Amino acid sequence: MSGPILSTHGLIARYGDFQALYGIDFEIAAGEAVALIGANGAGKSTFLRAVMGLLPVAPDMVRMEGSNIGGTATDRMVQMGVAIVPEGRRLFAGMSVEDNLRVAIDQAERLGRKGGWSLPRLHDLFPILKEKARTPVQSLSGGQQQMVSIGRALLCQPRLLLCDEISLGLAPKVIREIYAALPEVRAQGTSVILVEQDVGLAKQASDRLYCLLEGRVTLTGRSIEVTRDAISQAYFGGSHAVV
Amino acid sequence: MQWFDALVQGVLLGGMYAQYALGMALMFGVMKIVNVSHGDLVILLSLVGISLSSSFGLGPFTVMVALVPLALGLGWLLQKAILNKVVGEDPLPSLIATFGLSLALQNLMLQIWSANSRSLPGGGIESKSIQIGGIYIGLLPVIVLVFAVALTWGLDLMLKRSRFGRALRAAAADVEAAAMTGINPRRVYASATAIAVGILGFAAVFQSLRSTVAPADGGAQLIYAFEAVIIGGMGSVWGAFIGSMVLGVTQALGFRIDPGFGVLAGHLVFLLVLATRPQGLFGKA
Repeated sequence: MSGPILSTHGLIARYGDFQALYGIDFEIAAGEAVALIGANGAGKSTFLRAVMGLLPVAPDMVRMEGSNIGGTATDRMVQMGVAIVPEGRRLFAGMSVEDNLRVAIDQAERLGRKGGWSLPRLHDLFPILKEKARTPVQSLSGGQQQMVSIGRALLCQPRLLLCDEISLGLAPKVIREIYAALPEVRAQGTSVILVEQDVGLAKQASDRLYCLLEGRVTLTGRSIEVTRDAISQAYFGGSHAVV
Repeated sequence: MQWFDALVQGVLLGGMYAQYALGMALMFGVMKIVNVSHGDLVILLSLVGISLSSSFGLGPFTVMVALVPLALGLGWLLQKAILNKVVGEDPLPSLIATFGLSLALQNLMLQIWSANSRSLPGGGIESKSIQIGGIYIGLLPVIVLVFAVALTWGLDLMLKRSRFGRALRAAAADVEAAAMTGINPRRVYASATAIAVGILGFAAVFQSLRSTVAPADGGAQLIYAFEAVIIGGMGSVWGAFIGSMVLGVTQALGFRIDPGFGVLAGHLVFLLVLATRPQGLFGKA
């Protein structure tokens, strides 16, 4: 594999006086899927927000293909090919499914981003989105809303997709449906960072994983190699383990 | 016949109010920014227009051609220099900032133009009228109404169908999520405020043709615009247009009952709507 598409170096982030991340070193290669696991409050979402320019960080803490990009404005990150499926889905309430998706298509056009995603292709992936095209997003089920949120991020034509707890609060059947879309995303050559509460799901869907605990990396390794024991050690505390 | 006449005059008056209300519908209704200096901007643009007309001998429609781009620029500057620094979940900072701007503008206008009332010479169109079945309809109010309909139609279409309109609605719904799809919210907001104030360029010309303007007159325009947007329903452009019609007709009917009752009648209908249907006639519950 070539060099990392994105990496962080001693990434520190805070909310006011509260420090949430204590020097995270992380990297993801082109085409790779990396899972980020950890308990509530471990700093997983904060990590994604910091990478995405939603929290102030120093320029040299985040690198994309060798250039320092820490703290770059979120809309510029999208322009560089990073998109996020945010925690809580964050759809545009009051707008239809199609308009929510069109916003991303519009901006990809404006920013000159080209890629393999289009509305018809998204409809193949999630047929329900075609059926509900005119429905206001707030009247969709949680799973359908998550599909819109994923679709909106894909239509930004990302090279790197950040997914923040896309299974949260959904029924197992819906979770399977949503995770079934991941191989197709990866087939596009898109790298994926998955923040996931469900450790089994995270291991299954990723090449490598990082476990966070209280803002620090406590475990890194290849997903098929890390053991349950090592993960529970890293998840709940104890010494830093590298597999 | 007297009441029918009042109804017609009310609709025509509503056309004028719609031109104040459209910019408000965009800023307050969609972007949730309270711009207290809305009315003062109409007056400022009117006075600039009157000065342009008297200095260069321009006709009212030539003044309009000059004034609308000026208004667009003014709106863009307002958002860039002041409002982008205070927008957020909390509407209070924008209210305070524009309240300050309103006071500053009023005093600036007094300094430049004095407290005298002025109006824009219209070369006769302000007094032309057509008689239809016993009712005299002023040519100018009809032109005002036609412009109001065209502006409402254009603004509504832009919001619903254009790339810019979708980006603005997205940013208004969730600024952070908008940025996550590549929107630059500050730039979108600057353009939206430019459009909102740009429409006031039309309103300013018509306002100063219809009647006189003086530096302290902005308050009334602000209130009418607010009332129209709230009667019509937040976020709906045609709602603001209908709200303006309701306000205009109520005032005209009120004036027929008693010349002192017209403006009050408008306020009473506003209160009635607020009490019985707070989301407005076209607002979503």
